[in-house]
Amino acid sequence: MQQTNKLSPFFENLNFERHDNAMVINFGPQHPSAHGQLRLVLELAGEEVVKALPDIGYLHRGIEKMAENMTYNEFLPTTDRLDYIASTANNYAYALAVERLIGVEVPRRAKVIRTMLLEVNRIISHLFFVATHALDVGAMSVFLYAFREREFAMDLMEDYCGARLTHSAVRIGGVPLDLPRDWITNLDKFCDKLLHELEHTYEALLTENRIWKMRLENVGVLTPENALSWGCTGVMLRGSGICYDIRKEEPYELYGELDFDIPVSTTNDSYGRYRLYMEEMKESVKILRQLIGMYDSTEPQLMAHAPQYISAPKEEIMTQNYSLMQHFVLVTQGMRPPVGEVYAPTESPKGELGFYIKSEGEPYAYRLKCRAPSFYHTGLLQEILVGTYLADVVTIIGSTNIVFGEVDR
Amino acid sequence: MRKYTPKDSVQKKAYYTDRFWVAPKVPTSSVATDESFSATLESVSKVVEVKESYIQLSQMVLKIDAKDNIKTLQALKDDGYDMCSELSATDYLARDGEFEIFYQMLSVSKAKRVRVLCRIKPTEAIESTVPLFKSANFAEREMYDMFGIYVNNHPYLKRLIMPDDWSGHPLLKTYPLQGDETASWYEVDKIFGKEYRDVIGPENRDPAKIDRYDTKRFSRVGYEVGFGTDISQGESETKIEYSTTILVDYNKSQKQLKERK
Repeated sequence: MQQTNKLSPFFENLNFERHDNAMVINFGPQHPSAHGQLRLVLELAGEEVVKALPDIGYLHRGIEKMAENMTYNEFLPTTDRLDYIASTANNYAYALAVERLIGVEVPRRAKVIRTMLLEVNRIISHLFFVATHALDVGAMSVFLYAFREREFAMDLMEDYCGARLTHSAVRIGGVPLDLPRDWITNLDKFCDKLLHELEHTYEALLTENRIWKMRLENVGVLTPENALSWGCTGVMLRGSGICYDIRKEEPYELYGELDFDIPVSTTNDSYGRYRLYMEEMKESVKILRQLIGMYDSTEPQLMAHAPQYISAPKEEIMTQNYSLMQHFVLVTQGMRPPVGEVYAPTESPKGELGFYIKSEGEPYAYRLKCRAPSFYHTGLLQEILVGTYLADVVTIIGSTNIVFGEVDR
Repeated sequence: MRKYTPKDSVQKKAYYTDRFWVAPKVPTSSVATDESFSATLESVSKVVEVKESYIQLSQMVLKIDAKDNIKTLQALKDDGYDMCSELSATDYLARDGEFEIFYQMLSVSKAKRVRVLCRIKPTEAIESTVPLFKSANFAEREMYDMFGIYVNNHPYLKRLIMPDDWSGHPLLKTYPLQGDETASWYEVDKIFGKEYRDVIGPENRDPAKIDRYDTKRFSRVGYEVGFGTDISQGESETKIEYSTTILVDYNKSQKQLKERK
């Protein structure tokens, strides 16, 4: 509580004015480079950060609590609001966890479409990273160019599911729709465009740029031991020289059949991580090209056949009495997965996104824990920021690529 | 008679239950079916007593005593499980009077995952695993915040997501989804003080709410009155004058209008 008899400025129990040479800075929660609602309390000695305390929770909506009060299908659109930069990755991670729990096999065409959507979302998220990271560091034009290409990718998502940000494009047991006409052609065009722009715009503007290199090289150095200990995943882990990609090591969907490489950087710094994001986009294009070839040879079935858990296709519901009954029960009561627990890890654009679901055989999850990569990357800030300069703080926050929808949940 | 609602769990319940329905179980297999897991189990059982172990959905589950959590995680870490990717609790207070704490471990070299489960009573505290895995720093703070489970020897055990002066722990089954009474008055109490609860009144969460007698924000067509007028005793009908100039007469066809021009 505020104490009016004190004259020095303070907030809660922090005194910002000190009698020694140290200064305490309140960075955020409304700082434009705080990537949402991050509040950092930085203790400075001159320009150097002596202590950093990340304070989160400004975007807390109680999504895990909501999951305990919603049926499994009701909760799916809520997952859009976790990592809102790449919603399909969240939808998919949740759907995968439930599918493993109820033990259904998704039809192949749905798998192809899902993998395509996941990779398009990865590109959207990585373009967003390059854009905002460059903007944070001071390269404004990259932001404008990257958002232009991101717009095309979001148009693809809009063509598929009608939404640009909160997609809900994946269902438990498959996908709701087949690809629209010309989608594949547009995707192919987008791949060409992206590769061209990657090489001629972003990399030409940034990779060998002297200022960019000076701002990023040897900034935010994360040793492999620290990366493991702090639970870093995704690019943060691969940027520290540890080659671990869940798509390769614990394959899900079609990743086991696809041919792609996992770029790894051993420089441990922000520049290495930036290079990884660029390389990953190229790998995503490679994956998308292979998936385009796979699509035509698949059967048209889109949703898994498991009448106990998943509604039948619309035609069957409209024509067959028993399917209609099942559908009615599933909509009004919700599916009741078997008793047990599951933790399904997926490689989201930010890192390891996994859902831990504990089912007691009820239509509501007994406990749902969302393992969000950004949450652990935010925790890491309290160590990685110490000893760096104030000007590098923004670079490091940008480099961790955190999104507050999934930090606070 | 009023419907009975159990106090120990205020979460949503299925409205239809078949009492003869037995829920199926997710299949489990013995640890011996996997070489890597059985080797891990062997090295862990040398250090601590493993109460139960099985493989569920290709991940090994170890149930241990809560006091052995550090020893178990250390043994797992020595065995190659070098990342604690997730850690939290589940509220079983209503059924068993206990919390279940899980540690989700990952071995980067083997690409295998192990889940360690232990149970503690609400009066007990668990030992912090921060000395082994720094990722537990935030995760244990979140667990404390959400469940009120105390963690011994944590470097900075403070609420992480909820405000410091929050009362209650949101993920407990006894905590309602909409928040408890303190939650609904949190801002009012903090900014104005408790005595202002009556002045300010309860929060209206209905965005479509229309107050018939509020003339500051609402008006009625045909009954326009001055801003803030008290209409609780009724209001007089106002004659509205509509524009008489016809721009487009939809009663006549456009062709006729063209002819007139």
